[in-house]
Amino acid sequence: MRFLDIQRMALHALGKNKIQTLLTMLGIIIGVSAVIAMVSLGQGASKLVQDQVAGMGQNVLQVQGQNQWQGGGARGASDQSQVLTEGDVEAIRKEIPAVAKAAPNVQAQGQFVFGNQNWSSRIQGSNESYLDIRGWKMAQGEFYTENDIRTAARVVVLGKTIADNLFPGGDAVGQTIRIRNLPYRVIGVLAAKGQSANGQDQDDTAMMPYTTIQKKMQGQALPRIQQISVSAISAEATGPAKTQIEALLRERHEIRPGQPDDFRVNNITEVAEAAQATTEVMTMLLGSIAAVSLLVGGIGIMNIMLVSVTERTREIGIRMAIGSRGSYIRMQFLAESVILCMVGGLIGVGAGIGLSLAIASYMGWPSYVSPQAASIAFLFSAVTGIFFGYYPAHKAANLDPIEALRYE
Amino acid sequence: MSETPTASVISLKDVHKVYSSGETEVHALRGVSLEVKRGEFVAVMGPSGSGKSTMMNLIGCLDRPTSGTYILDGIDVSTMSKNQRADTRNTKIGFVFQSFNLIARTTAVANVELPMIYAGVSPRERHERARVALASVGLAQKELSLPNQLSGGQQQRVALARALASNPALILADEPTGALDTKTADEVMRIFRQLNEERHMTIVLVTHEPDIAVFAKRLVRFRDGEIQEDRPITHKDNASTIHPPVEV
Repeated sequence: MRFLDIQRMALHALGKNKIQTLLTMLGIIIGVSAVIAMVSLGQGASKLVQDQVAGMGQNVLQVQGQNQWQGGGARGASDQSQVLTEGDVEAIRKEIPAVAKAAPNVQAQGQFVFGNQNWSSRIQGSNESYLDIRGWKMAQGEFYTENDIRTAARVVVLGKTIADNLFPGGDAVGQTIRIRNLPYRVIGVLAAKGQSANGQDQDDTAMMPYTTIQKKMQGQALPRIQQISVSAISAEATGPAKTQIEALLRERHEIRPGQPDDFRVNNITEVAEAAQATTEVMTMLLGSIAAVSLLVGGIGIMNIMLVSVTERTREIGIRMAIGSRGSYIRMQFLAESVILCMVGGLIGVGAGIGLSLAIASYMGWPSYVSPQAASIAFLFSAVTGIFFGYYPAHKAANLDPIEALRYE
Repeated sequence: MSETPTASVISLKDVHKVYSSGETEVHALRGVSLEVKRGEFVAVMGPSGSGKSTMMNLIGCLDRPTSGTYILDGIDVSTMSKNQRADTRNTKIGFVFQSFNLIARTTAVANVELPMIYAGVSPRERHERARVALASVGLAQKELSLPNQLSGGQQQRVALARALASNPALILADEPTGALDTKTADEVMRIFRQLNEERHMTIVLVTHEPDIAVFAKRLVRFRDGEIQEDRPITHKDNASTIHPPVEV
């Protein structure tokens, strides 16, 4: 018997009972599309997290002053800006081999004015390493230099949102704007980064030397630093770097053993990995729930095929009497269930892709269709066809032709 | 043994068939020996329970004898495996059943093609042969009709065409007129006789109706699992002479 003839026979048999065929297929369609939609959704979320992590910079550690003081048994919050110093930044950079770069963070707020345009925004004060550590790129112009830091130069690098608002026609570089009534020269514009994980516009910011903020804006006598951004030499080095920074700062801040730290080191890579792991677990969870529906669809196929074998007992008897081997009967019934599943699988892939795009656009996530999920779900549907089709087909093949012919 | 084995289409030697269900054993055939030569037209008769259905299943390779040998067209089929028997049914035997047994919702020509699909005949050739077979039973115009669009007689002729199409050594008809009215039954039986006389087809016909048996040329009567009577049917025979002998 020819392979093509088996396919043709199976298709013919499926075509005889279109509604039954369609309803059976529906189980597989729903299963496959659910798997694809859920996994795509999970992977889309995971991609979102990945993008945001990449946006934070690579192998980044963040040192913050801890909001706590302790003295004579009394405890309370302290001004975190009182803790970290320029000396800490230098020490971290020079004394810890696992650290590649370190940059102080000083924050300010101000109204940016150019001509008749104005915009209120954050200002990040730091050193020349900040750009690299936090993974920023320049769109136009230059970043400030060490010399600008030493002289506390009144220069500013604008984020895209500020540049767009102050200079709707472009050409921000070289212009002079006013912040808190002092003139600053725009030396560059940052490349856009988009939204952060919590939906904040990361481009609504400006950067200038931290010395400029300290001396020209705040007029602080004692230069204080709110945060230190550190990049480790590699992803593996983030762990050791964290321990070493902690030890160094305890020593520099003269914290005796047993006393709590007055700072906190956050390993952003760790946080990112945790977030990544969470979304992966979510993806697995959603995917397995969807896989259950595919399984239910498969059981539906088995049920229908068993009913079909009983219904067609006499037909099977006729086929055997006129010379069909048991194996041909088995192949025909198997082909029926595999065709059911594969056609259902294909429709399910289409529906699943549509569903994931629709959900992604509704949630405002990057639309992402997982090609692995699509191919695995499709393959799985074919395997379902074989697995759940085998028993009914086997049952049909083992019928006794004499009994089957007598069946009413 | 002067006969060459191929001279006989059917050669049964001391065939027994015992069905056992639990403790009880049913002796359906008790040492049956029968020779059917090429071109014979045999009517197998007998009351129900006489063993003629069992005989039919054995001759049709649907079942195996418990003991004894069965040579079909020169081949010993009594020891064949299931698959070998399926292949033998496919190529050597054309079945015609009482209830036509066509595949539903499948055209006449596709029904006739079916055995040739299992034989692996190419689509073009089997289609051609199916059309020729349908034409030979007078249904050239009904190729694309579905079974439920055909009358009983027409359906039985499609079944006959299906049996003929693979050019079998033996046509095995089990009460082929049981579901037909007298007039249609007569038409169908004429086709059987025509096939026997013009194409020298070997036909074994199982029936309990003497009216039908007279179309055959040899009568084999079963009783209690044994052959009770085996004689030629001549032009002198009619329905009444074929009635079973009255027991004393």
